[in-house]
Amino acid sequence: MLQAFTISIKRVFEEAGDQFYFAARFFRNIFRLDFEWNEFIRQCYLVGYKSFPLVGITGFIVGFVMTLQAQPTMKAFGAESFIPKMVSISIIREICPVIIALICAGKISSGVGAELGSMKVTEQIDAMEVSGANPVQYLVVTRILACTIMVPLLTLMADALGLAGSYVGININGIVTPILFFHKAFSSVEFGDLLPAVFKTVFFGFAIGFVGCYKGYNTGRGTESVGLAANSAVVSASLWIIVIDAIAVQLTSALGF
Amino acid sequence: MDEQIHTDTNKEAVIKLEHLKKSFGSNEVLRDISMELRKGENLVVMGRSGTGKSVAIKCIVGLLCQDEGSLRVFGEEVDTLSEEELRKLRIRIGFLFQSGALYDSMTVRENLEFPLRKVLHLNDQKDIDERVTEILEGVGLPDAIDKMPSELSGGMRKRIGLARTMILKPEIMLYDEPTTGLDPITSREISELILSMQERYQVSSIIITHDIACAKATANRVLVMDKGTFVAEGTIDELEKSDNEFIRSFFK
Repeated sequence: MLQAFTISIKRVFEEAGDQFYFAARFFRNIFRLDFEWNEFIRQCYLVGYKSFPLVGITGFIVGFVMTLQAQPTMKAFGAESFIPKMVSISIIREICPVIIALICAGKISSGVGAELGSMKVTEQIDAMEVSGANPVQYLVVTRILACTIMVPLLTLMADALGLAGSYVGININGIVTPILFFHKAFSSVEFGDLLPAVFKTVFFGFAIGFVGCYKGYNTGRGTESVGLAANSAVVSASLWIIVIDAIAVQLTSALGF
Repeated sequence: MDEQIHTDTNKEAVIKLEHLKKSFGSNEVLRDISMELRKGENLVVMGRSGTGKSVAIKCIVGLLCQDEGSLRVFGEEVDTLSEEELRKLRIRIGFLFQSGALYDSMTVRENLEFPLRKVLHLNDQKDIDERVTEILEGVGLPDAIDKMPSELSGGMRKRIGLARTMILKPEIMLYDEPTTGLDPITSREISELILSMQERYQVSSIIITHDIACAKATANRVLVMDKGTFVAEGTIDELEKSDNEFIRSFFK
């Protein structure tokens, strides 16, 4: 019993040490002069553009469903006119950043984990390393930075589409002009609502890219390991997103946002 | 080691292993191995699967780190090198993986251009094209230039893998089972290619193989490995006449 506990604790520290070393390699390679711009742009395209349909549909439906769910309750209190304000603040501050980050964890983190994992298993990463090329710079830095930049942009687009979804939802049971809807929606949204939300999505994006790359780069042997890497990338990235969100909420409250 | 050592000791040793040990957990894979690779020679390492042959050559390029012992390549102790020094050393060593390890998201051309752009930092497209064409003709596959790795046969993948390694003109080549899984004709072609690379670029090579035909075609010297140690050394003819039944069994 004690031995099993000791081994578990040892593994946790080993894993933490490995992640710290991996992070150090990442940061050391960011500032090199021979940055892989072409690969970085390709990854931005893959992470951003290729995820846009899924993220867009999700954002739209979130806004649409929130509005439909809120309508009966708000109507009972005669507060239907508050729906645009409520939905816009909810979507921008919390719901879209977290839901989009969790969706990106499922799509991007698993994809990166599986891609790098299969490259590891088929010795492509080793081949890159022994040729004298820098696989961390080419494969890891580009993917993590692409996630860090594209996840906030995807979230902003999902915010916009979420408000569009809310507008469509509100018009199912009545007629509200777009001008009135968006005037009401933005009247209560301040810069202090948007900034912390965007700021935390930067960390969400970093966590998604980092976890995917770490799990893929450190895949074991055999094709089974690739599946495990992809799976554990999703689980770990999702967990990190929840933890970062909890910290961000505490910080923004403490800072008065 | 019960066989007579046949090494041209006048030539400089480009790789020198002394009392190398490597374990994975409780599994002791390399148990005190010592060897030298001399400049310009083809050294074949034979042995049953799982005896540590691939682990030994992965230690040589720094993909794995030995637990004990000394490992010198071009006189430099590999495990003491910085990341940058190791990168520079690796450019002088070629490694052909068992699977070819082609980058499967890139075409053959991009696979061959990759080390030129990322390692040698070449940007002149005309120069790159010339080098790619020359090396593809060298491995006899000039028509495969725009194919994806998934469109290539096992033999073709190994040839392109060899081309990608040789395009950097390494001084040492490490071949990890270059003919495994190939038909006899393709195996013979790969063995001839190894010889032609030795003649054309004067590379020193370690060839890990189970293939007797490949060993006979390419070896200047053979080492036999068993349970993490070298148990015999000599030419093919000498090992075929060995008193040791285990060693003779490799050549039957």
